[in-house]
Amino acid sequence: MAGAASALFLLDIKGRVLVWRDYRGDVTAVQAEKFFTKLIEKDGDPDTQSPVVCDNGVSYMFIQHNNVYLMTASRQNCNAASHLLFLHRVVDVFKHYFEELEEESLRDNFVVVYELLDEMMDFGYPQFTEAKILSEFIKTDAYRMEVTQRPPMAVTNAVSWRSEGIRYKKNEVFLDVVESVNILVNSNGQIIRSDVVGALKMRTYLSGMPECKLGLNDRVLLEAQGRSSKGKAIDLDDIKFHQCVRLARFENDRTIAFIPPDGSFDLMTYRLSTQVKPLIWVEAQVERHSRSRMEMMVKARSQFKERSTATNVEIELPVPCDATNPNLRTSMGSATYAPEKDALIWKIKSFSGGKEYMLRAEFSLPSVTDEDAAPERKAPIRVKFEIPYFTVSGIQVRYLKIIEKSGYQALPWVRYITMAGEYELRLI
Amino acid sequence: MSGHDSKYFSTTKKGEIPELKDELNSQYKDKRKDAVKKVIAAMTVGKDVSSLFTDVVNCMQTENLELKKLVYLYLINYAKSQPDLAILAVNTFVKDSQDPNPLIRALAVRTMGCIRVDKITEYLCDPLQKCLKDDDPYVRKTASICVAKLYDINAELVEDRGFLDTLKDLISDNNPMVVANAVAALAEIQENSTRPIFEITSNTLAKLLTALNECTEWGQVFILDALSKYKAADAREAENIVERVTPRLQHANCAVVLSAVKMILLQMELITSTDVVRNLCKKMAPPLVTLLSAEPEIQYVALRNINLIVQRRPTILAHEIKVFFCKYNDPIYVKMEKLEIMIKLASDRNIDQVLLEFKEYATEVDVDFVRKAVRAIGRCAIKLERAAERCISVLLELIKIKVNYVVQEAIIVIKDIFRRYPNTYESIIATLCESLDTLDEPEAKASMIWIIGEYAERIDNADELLESFLESFPEEPASVQLQLLTATVKLFLKKPTEGPQQMIQVVLNNATVETDNPDLRDRAYIYWRLLSTDPEAAKDVVLAEKPVISDDSNQIDSTLLDELLANIATLSSVYHKPPEAFVSRVKTAIQRPDDEEYPDGSETGYSETSSHAPESSGPAPTSSGTPPYAATKQPGQATVGPAPAAQVPDLLGDLIGLDNSLVPVDQPATPTGPPLPVLLSASSGQGLQISAQLTRRDGQIFYSMLFENNTQTSLDGFMIQFNKNTFGLAAAGPLQVPQIQPGTSARTLLPMVLSQNVSPGPPSSILQVAVKNNQQPVFYFNDKVSLLVLLSEDGRMERADFLEKWKSLPDSNEVTKDLPGVVVNSVEATLDRLAASNMFFIAKRRHANQEVLYLSAKTSWGIPLLIELTAVVGIPGIKCAIKIPNLELAPLFFEATEAVLKG
Repeated sequence: MAGAASALFLLDIKGRVLVWRDYRGDVTAVQAEKFFTKLIEKDGDPDTQSPVVCDNGVSYMFIQHNNVYLMTASRQNCNAASHLLFLHRVVDVFKHYFEELEEESLRDNFVVVYELLDEMMDFGYPQFTEAKILSEFIKTDAYRMEVTQRPPMAVTNAVSWRSEGIRYKKNEVFLDVVESVNILVNSNGQIIRSDVVGALKMRTYLSGMPECKLGLNDRVLLEAQGRSSKGKAIDLDDIKFHQCVRLARFENDRTIAFIPPDGSFDLMTYRLSTQVKPLIWVEAQVERHSRSRMEMMVKARSQFKERSTATNVEIELPVPCDATNPNLRTSMGSATYAPEKDALIWKIKSFSGGKEYMLRAEFSLPSVTDEDAAPERKAPIRVKFEIPYFTVSGIQVRYLKIIEKSGYQALPWVRYITMAGEYELRLI
Repeated sequence: MSGHDSKYFSTTKKGEIPELKDELNSQYKDKRKDAVKKVIAAMTVGKDVSSLFTDVVNCMQTENLELKKLVYLYLINYAKSQPDLAILAVNTFVKDSQDPNPLIRALAVRTMGCIRVDKITEYLCDPLQKCLKDDDPYVRKTASICVAKLYDINAELVEDRGFLDTLKDLISDNNPMVVANAVAALAEIQENSTRPIFEITSNTLAKLLTALNECTEWGQVFILDALSKYKAADAREAENIVERVTPRLQHANCAVVLSAVKMILLQMELITSTDVVRNLCKKMAPPLVTLLSAEPEIQYVALRNINLIVQRRPTILAHEIKVFFCKYNDPIYVKMEKLEIMIKLASDRNIDQVLLEFKEYATEVDVDFVRKAVRAIGRCAIKLERAAERCISVLLELIKIKVNYVVQEAIIVIKDIFRRYPNTYESIIATLCESLDTLDEPEAKASMIWIIGEYAERIDNADELLESFLESFPEEPASVQLQLLTATVKLFLKKPTEGPQQMIQVVLNNATVETDNPDLRDRAYIYWRLLSTDPEAAKDVVLAEKPVISDDSNQIDSTLLDELLANIATLSSVYHKPPEAFVSRVKTAIQRPDDEEYPDGSETGYSETSSHAPESSGPAPTSSGTPPYAATKQPGQATVGPAPAAQVPDLLGDLIGLDNSLVPVDQPATPTGPPLPVLLSASSGQGLQISAQLTRRDGQIFYSMLFENNTQTSLDGFMIQFNKNTFGLAAAGPLQVPQIQPGTSARTLLPMVLSQNVSPGPPSSILQVAVKNNQQPVFYFNDKVSLLVLLSEDGRMERADFLEKWKSLPDSNEVTKDLPGVVVNSVEATLDRLAASNMFFIAKRRHANQEVLYLSAKTSWGIPLLIELTAVVGIPGIKCAIKIPNLELAPLFFEATEAVLKG
């Protein structure tokens, strides 16, 4: 099962090699460039191409970020999941270093890029991708010191994500509970898929090596402690933890214990597949008057409690690509025609619970149509929104204990927010 | 923190190299550093700056870490082209490997390992030895990987210097990162060696499971992947392992999760308690579902794996079909895979919702996806009898949209549905005929014509419909012509009136005289003769009942599935092919013949490694160049070699009634001797293709070989060599192959001898072969030795001898195996077949309805085999038992017997 990358390539949008690092000397840049440019040319749209392709005995795995492709090549049976994920982590590291990863920033920093590639992967094996720790010993010009550095302890420690000796005057932790609602409603108005993906996003400003313990209203835990009666408990379908959380301990007694990285990170993500009532419901009626005019009647309804308010609501309504002369009226918010998306965008700044708003739109259509034209792509209605101080799951942070040997008191701040994820209604 | 390195790219003045040379030798540190950066920039854009080698190396001795790294980078790139000058750097490397700063020590060994120059590696050994025992874990973890690098360049050196033992000691290192890298290095070395080097004992298992809790995410993947090779002793141990691994399912890193799933699935095979298994399935479902919220590329890998997992454990995701519904913005490669899994999970319970989804997809814009969605509806119809009618009505609705490619695809699948449920849904034929004019794809045309021919008696104007196609007969592609021919014959047999009679004249004339397609001509002549001699017989043949089809087009054969499941998360599981089919750089135990004798190929890209790791390609990866999708677009592609995985979701191919309506199912199509298997494909042989097989003729073993020269030059001076093998097979004389002109081929029979150079160790049927010629580098390929060619002609035993021998061997020497895929239709025929392979009949008895046959055989070197076969005539499944003094041969024997009996 052993398998490693032969080389890692950073390519520009046309598939030309910008920077590459050869780890094994058995795949050349010329060969890879030839393969990849051919691939891009063939399909025009590389989106359609699966991200793992075998060509001439070499397997290529690639991802795209802005105008850059990142690609590994291997002649062995390597772990594809690990390599593709590694490429995404490389993006994260580069972004940490250069703010944005694009062709320009790679050229501007090629010396650091080489250094990072040398440290992140050795002989084709992923090694270390913690940007924060890497930046302690690989620095860009502005911060480079002439004195020789040592590798931070963290690189090889069991706690590979945090260095020792961090000091803050004020010890604080910010915890954001963010839930995204994914929903898919079919043309009959049935909800065919709904789930909630939640994330506990943390920003820590803590000194030393703090031991943290997080308590949630997790039903399994509360029942184990015999406290099921108190308050509302919830069932989390699948929980994923940041590598700082001790998984064996969680498996044992459901305690979430960890030494956090410094700065921001996702402590955990979870998923609930319970049926969720669509928080914002949108229905559209389309009438085609004769061949040259169409009319749209759209109703949007908020289906959550009145004390909550959705903000930044954005409803994207698909319209035919040859529609012109929009005439738009709304009972709330503003609507604009976005021909580049073939859609109508209806924005409502603030949408409180239990309300209903209307939109009326009229378009002209060309009276001549191509009889043989392929049917138009049927896009769904898509909705974006945020509802602060509210979670669908009812998850609650019961406590966040922070213990450090110096004995300081730290302040935890907790916020809750719900937002739309993949929110699609095929009701048009 | 943005840099301004781009300025280093911008020096494109004339005389750049001399200028750089000056700057590199400047007395000012900063100027030298800038110059090196310019050199690296030039290297990055592909300019050749190797002529500056000495000047750059001179900058190596510096306190500045950044500059040092750049010089090292330069060395990695150009040392190969200047091996003699590279020696200049050795001293600094050795010195750096003792630097007080661990970063520099590690950097020195890491870089030295990357310089694939023999002369350097000699000097690498001492620093490496020290670094493996360094106080700093950062240095040790780098040194561990370096052992694998060295092994890749010079395996002997690694073994001689005892690095393997040091590496094994590092498994017990107190630092988890070091452990993880040592595991990765050992696993790779093991993969490239035939000797057992890295065997996981229960002791190492315990250590690694502990390290798993503490090492980085990537290290966890190395450890889990290595541990998946471990075979637990019993169900209890398996349960213990699973218990230690399940917490990994909660890891945020998807690769860790997938590797943990692999471990758990493998151990589950041993667990007997159904409760435990059910529980584990329940535990694995949520993490698998969560993988679908990862980045699309990861989703793709996850979906390809889930496809395998649901084939082995259908219950895991039985209730989760909704998560595989396509999202509007999913990339097309994700949608395609989701569709495949939806078909697998479709059941009577969820089919209504699934059909609604498919219908939705069938109106999208991506043509390939739409086609696949339409085909999916057909496959559900074939899979779920009770839902067939609903599927058909959805297909009819789609036909009404009148989108050309939807209609064509729908007709193709409806033909399959007719095959699956004959005489059930013919009422819709009229609707289908309405779309006749719009068909322009061969497959759709062929399908429609098949339907017309098959149901000619129920379609009033069948003759008119077929006639409309006949006009363009000569221009049609072969598949349509064949179909038209058969359909016209069917029509004539069903309605022997004047119209069809005229049509058949036209068709037969077209298909015999006017064509140069031999398949078409042969089929036409057969029909002609049948019709002219005995029309009743023609009816029996042409209108015979066809066997029912099922939707197994994407089911993977169970042994391959086992192998793929053991490779979850790897490329193998993404391609659905065993690693041998695409890994282009595998170990071969071939002792490389004298290096000087064979020039190295320079087109393969890694010719620099002249000492070891021969560039061998796996056994004929005939389709390794095709990505998973491409495979689906090439129906009927031949799969040679060990990759039956590339099964094509092509229902048409299953339809013997369509392409070979004449040939009944269970008869081999042509008895003219199978072609030799391709062992070295033209793509891996740089244009030379070699097919070969061992055969036995009159007591002598031959290697029957076919060389096809697809290169531009003529090839001569062929030589062959066989590696040590279990049977000691070797060439009895030199290879007699004449010069082969481009585009031509040559056949030869190479006499072979046994027991020449026997390799020790457990018997293996692998035969490794090396072939060279005067024009090309050495090619290596693997063949498989069938025990059949090794059975001697004088293996017949007397009854009494047989009985005595049977008694004299202890029961422990008896091995039994069920051959489920084999059926005995006639005892006589079976015995004849066995006798032809030198397995001789001794006696027979009946036990209830079972036939028990006793046979004897003898290997060429005199080991007797006593065989007992138990079978029920006409029912698949044979029990095969043998008694043999040398038990190790038993598996090879079973393989051989199965091959003979399957014919």
